[in-house]
Amino acid sequence: MAVKNFVVGLFDDEAVLFPAVKKVRTAGYKLHDVYTPFPVHGLDHAMGLRETSLHTAGFIYGITGTTTALSFMSWVFNVDWPLNIGGKPHFPLPAFIPITFELTVLFAAVGMVMTFCYLCQLMPGVKKHIFHPRQTDDKFVMVIELTEKTNAEEVKNFLAAAGAKDINEQKAEAGWWFGRYDKEDEFYTRQIQTANA
Amino acid sequence: MHLKYESTLREPLVDGVKDYHQVTEDIISPIEGKPGKLWYVGFFISLALLGFGAFSVFWQIYFGVGVWNLNKTIGWGWDITNFVWWVGIGHAGTLISAILLLFRQGWRTGVNRAAEAMTIFAVMCAGQFPIIHMGRVWMAFFILPYPNTRGPVWVNFNSPLLWDVFAISTYFTVSLLFWYSGLLPDFATIRDRAKTKLRKLLYGVAAFGWTGSTKHWQRHEALSLVLAGLSTPLVLSVHTIVSFDFATSVIPGWHTTIFPPYFVAGAIFSGFAMVQTLLIITRKILHLEEYITLGHMEAMNKVIVLTGSVVGCAYLTELFMAWYGANPYEFDTFFKYRAAGPLGWSYWIMMTCNVITPQVFWFRKMRRNVMVTFVMSIIVNIGMWFERFVIICTSLYRDYLPSSWSYYRPSWPEVGFYMGTFGLFFTCFFLFAKYFPVIAVAEIKSILKTSGQNYKEKMEVYEEESAEKFAHDVAHAH
Repeated sequence: MAVKNFVVGLFDDEAVLFPAVKKVRTAGYKLHDVYTPFPVHGLDHAMGLRETSLHTAGFIYGITGTTTALSFMSWVFNVDWPLNIGGKPHFPLPAFIPITFELTVLFAAVGMVMTFCYLCQLMPGVKKHIFHPRQTDDKFVMVIELTEKTNAEEVKNFLAAAGAKDINEQKAEAGWWFGRYDKEDEFYTRQIQTANA
Repeated sequence: MHLKYESTLREPLVDGVKDYHQVTEDIISPIEGKPGKLWYVGFFISLALLGFGAFSVFWQIYFGVGVWNLNKTIGWGWDITNFVWWVGIGHAGTLISAILLLFRQGWRTGVNRAAEAMTIFAVMCAGQFPIIHMGRVWMAFFILPYPNTRGPVWVNFNSPLLWDVFAISTYFTVSLLFWYSGLLPDFATIRDRAKTKLRKLLYGVAAFGWTGSTKHWQRHEALSLVLAGLSTPLVLSVHTIVSFDFATSVIPGWHTTIFPPYFVAGAIFSGFAMVQTLLIITRKILHLEEYITLGHMEAMNKVIVLTGSVVGCAYLTELFMAWYGANPYEFDTFFKYRAAGPLGWSYWIMMTCNVITPQVFWFRKMRRNVMVTFVMSIIVNIGMWFERFVIICTSLYRDYLPSSWSYYRPSWPEVGFYMGTFGLFFTCFFLFAKYFPVIAVAEIKSILKTSGQNYKEKMEVYEEESAEKFAHDVAHAH
């Protein structure tokens, strides 16, 4: 679990945030993340994030559902227990369609949500560092990671020039953990001390 | 940035001058405060109904299905009527959240959260009816295909009743996932605002550790869009499959190919009526008139008048086919036992409530009148309940064998069970309105700039200039 140094800039409006994101990239600072209270369209492109492949995963889960349903029903009616139900054929494809469709949707939906949670590291009780309590309310928070090469003051001045309102420095656990959110949390403080030592 | 130009003629989706923080305040502060008196009154009435329902169900399970007034002729009565009705109610929620998302309808953001919650609670109510109807409910697991210890006796995959099992359970699961994934960001907002430790803990667990990271939003959007794409055919399939329960049979009045589209339209019709009933109460009690505007209600009333007319068209088609098809049984069912006959009154209630009264929504004044909408929403719900009753009971009570013809009226456990599901539905909805954000906060924020009142005011500057100029200025704002 790595504790890192960050410079955090607070923006009031996404219209100011956008050009700032572009400037950070041209300036070559290490952009840790941008936190927004709602999905800002195009911000992922401005940050240079890769397009998500969640759709592909969904497609794969879907066809898994289709094959599971079709092969299972065929196996039951033709191999495991071939029972004559009202003289109907053992492989009645049209009658299999409803369940096949439902299982396709079910597999795709459940699989995608689970993949989404896995990729975003979301789970009941997971804790992550909140850089600003209003990042889920009305503020747009840009977080720049400090490396050996970057100067904190320089980054702060840069953010101020780009239109950030409240600029501060934070030491934070960049990953995720289970536990409480409080700053007094023992796990949390211990990590900071070891980082300072 | 995704700021699109909208016509000045289009009314704002959020009334009042709001900024992002004000939106959060308006929607989340009811959760943080104490509920009002009305909430307690409503909640305890619902709990009482739920208790009565539980007692009725206990009575039925203890003494057997015989306590219901079903007989050899009428094997499906109130139970399946209520099942189909409740499933239908659920459809508006998925329609609003999925189909309208795909069609980029901005007005869905104000109502989708409550509508999706309604879907989930309605499907919970619906599922109980076929299960309790089985009689020996402890054997309900027989409907699931699993390798059992009594030899490999499998379920019949050719049976529409089994398709129902898959359709309803899939529908419930997918709706729940769609609803909850949309709730994550809003739970995070409540968590980060929380003043008490308990609230922080509970909403912290519920928020799954959401932070609002751009990458997460990107995946979240992709997820919502694909789930919407999956739910869209699902909405249509679920009620189609429910209609197969009837359409694949040989009973006159059931055995018709028009059933799937007719059932789906009816489901959306009754679902939107229930959304109206709930939202008119919710916006009043939680003071959300600025978010659930008259514009929203008008849009939903348009859907009601459309689907109501589709349903009316289907009724007339059925009558036409009963005459034109020259099948004497079919003709008698429709013209002698439905439109006339001992249960004929239910047919005329259905016709009045579903076909005639919704036509008031052709008038804009009526569509934008809260009282008219509220009364209409209840009338439509009654009408749609009678539609299912008419389909089931007036087809069964005069069967092929005149010696078995009978009449049907429900017994108290049947009525009590139905009341009980109302209790469950409203208990869940009251808890939802108290502890969950009833409006999708993050989604409202994302349309605030393009469709809020303040945006419209900013646009007044451009009124004399061209739309192109405005669009250009917005596109080059940064």
